[in-house]
Amino acid sequence: MSLKNFKSISKKLRIICVELAYKSSSSHIGSSLSIIDILTVLYFEVLNIKPKNPNYKNRDKFILSKGHACLAQYTVLYKAGFFDKKMLDTFGKNNSKLMTHISSEVPGVELSTGSLGHGLPFATGIAYINKILKKKIKIFVLISDGELNEGSNWEAIQFASHHKLSNLNILIDQNNEQSLGPTNKIINLEKLIDKFKCYNLDVCETDGHNYTNILKSLKRTSNNKTKVTIFKTIKGKGVSFMENKTLWHYKSPSYYEYSLALKEII
Amino acid sequence: MRNFFIDKLIKNTKKNNKNFLIVGDLGYNVIEGFAKKFPKNFLNVGVAEQNMAGLAAGIASEGYRVFIYSIANFPTFRCAEQIRNDIDYHNLSVNVISVGSGFSYGNLGYSHHAIQDYGLIRMFPNFAIHSPGDISELNGCLEYIFASNHPNYLRLDKSKYNQNEFRKINLKPGKLIKKLSYKKNNNKTILMTGACHNLLNKLKKIDEFKDYDINSLPIWGSKYKKKLNKFFEKYKKVITLEDHVLDSGFGTWALESNLNLKKSQIDCIAYDNLNIKVAGNKLYLEDLSLKNNYYYKKIKNL
Repeated sequence: MSLKNFKSISKKLRIICVELAYKSSSSHIGSSLSIIDILTVLYFEVLNIKPKNPNYKNRDKFILSKGHACLAQYTVLYKAGFFDKKMLDTFGKNNSKLMTHISSEVPGVELSTGSLGHGLPFATGIAYINKILKKKIKIFVLISDGELNEGSNWEAIQFASHHKLSNLNILIDQNNEQSLGPTNKIINLEKLIDKFKCYNLDVCETDGHNYTNILKSLKRTSNNKTKVTIFKTIKGKGVSFMENKTLWHYKSPSYYEYSLALKEII
Repeated sequence: MRNFFIDKLIKNTKKNNKNFLIVGDLGYNVIEGFAKKFPKNFLNVGVAEQNMAGLAAGIASEGYRVFIYSIANFPTFRCAEQIRNDIDYHNLSVNVISVGSGFSYGNLGYSHHAIQDYGLIRMFPNFAIHSPGDISELNGCLEYIFASNHPNYLRLDKSKYNQNEFRKINLKPGKLIKKLSYKKNNNKTILMTGACHNLLNKLKKIDEFKDYDINSLPIWGSKYKKKLNKFFEKYKKVITLEDHVLDSGFGTWALESNLNLKKSQIDCIAYDNLNIKVAGNKLYLEDLSLKNNYYYKKIKNL
């Protein structure tokens, strides 16, 4: 897929995300906009999946550990063909399978999350057993920088390092914002890249909104090492008044804000 | 019980290569046989129970029946949210094995007393709780677990059991094992779960229990409350017995099971929920935790 196509798809996904956040009065739109570009490249160029057969046996696995950014994954799954727009439009409504934290009741979703620090241990289990079975599938797990406060991640990282899980790809959405403010004011992650290097992992840092860089980092291979990609991102990316604002971890757009956002994205 | 569990798991894994045992750096002199025979089905994840439970869910999602093994509260309370969200919510085939039920680890202290675990696990709707009182019941529990595809919690006592007492029984959730029948159509019974035989022997010395039947319920849990409907039709007076605190324990589960029926009068013999701050062996701590119980006081006065 060309860079132009990535740009076109992610633009459409941003529009749908903002629209659904407005219509469902749901929060976390900033977190979803932060990862749209990464998920676009991942789903349309990297993952071996069959949208019409979501449980296809030899599929690659993607786990969204920062489950509050589910709008991004739901919209990309819809766009990839896992389900139709009618289903997507039920987002957040009573009796909908599309809860406002990612739900495995939705086709294409491997694990329901919402409480942070759960995705990586789960993904590590899948990676370990597939390595033992010598299966060639790839496992991707996306976690946020704030989520790294959770100790369970570091338990899993030690394990992945020890067992040299080269089929495991840890993607970090480093937008430098967490629930109550900037990460460096809450728990300073310092030089995150060095932390992972200490565990002897294959680490790279790249712009999480540059499609060429995203693609290159997601497709890189590494023998005997778990790969960690630290994506430098902007929370609320694409809508100027949402960018890098803690408020947009919580707020759902009003009609006015929704209209303004659409104008900017289009 | 630990060795019986491992031997049985080894036998079953010879037939089923989808069993997978994970330990949290515990199980010395117990798990080595399994690890040696099935290195591809065994992992020591280190002292990291949250990862152990999450990782187990991941392996189970790939079609395995996973056993996570540790002692006391480590495979339960330490990773409670992983059990709730990753294992129970997704109804995965992960079996949590906790060694050292009740005060089994006596003087190792409060951290090692598994006396509130029922309270946690019985909140999870997909879990069956297995609290075998002897190796015959343990065998029945394991036969059930090996055929099940939902999460299970197996609580193992640390005591040694006489292999000669083994008899084969089939178990399923809600199935009662009659240990003693005093007379036909008796409407009074002790209902026990878990390894509380010492306590039972003491209770039997009380005159008012001399004409009680004794029933054991090794497999129970949140979704199996209705399984006791017939039992409550039969027995009008039930005394529950467990090696767990009263709060959210087995006895209160029985009370909840009887709520809509209101057929039986149920009294509970269970531990007071104390923060124990002294050393002591199982019998000493049990005595400390039961000293205010109405029935237990009668034993003391014998």
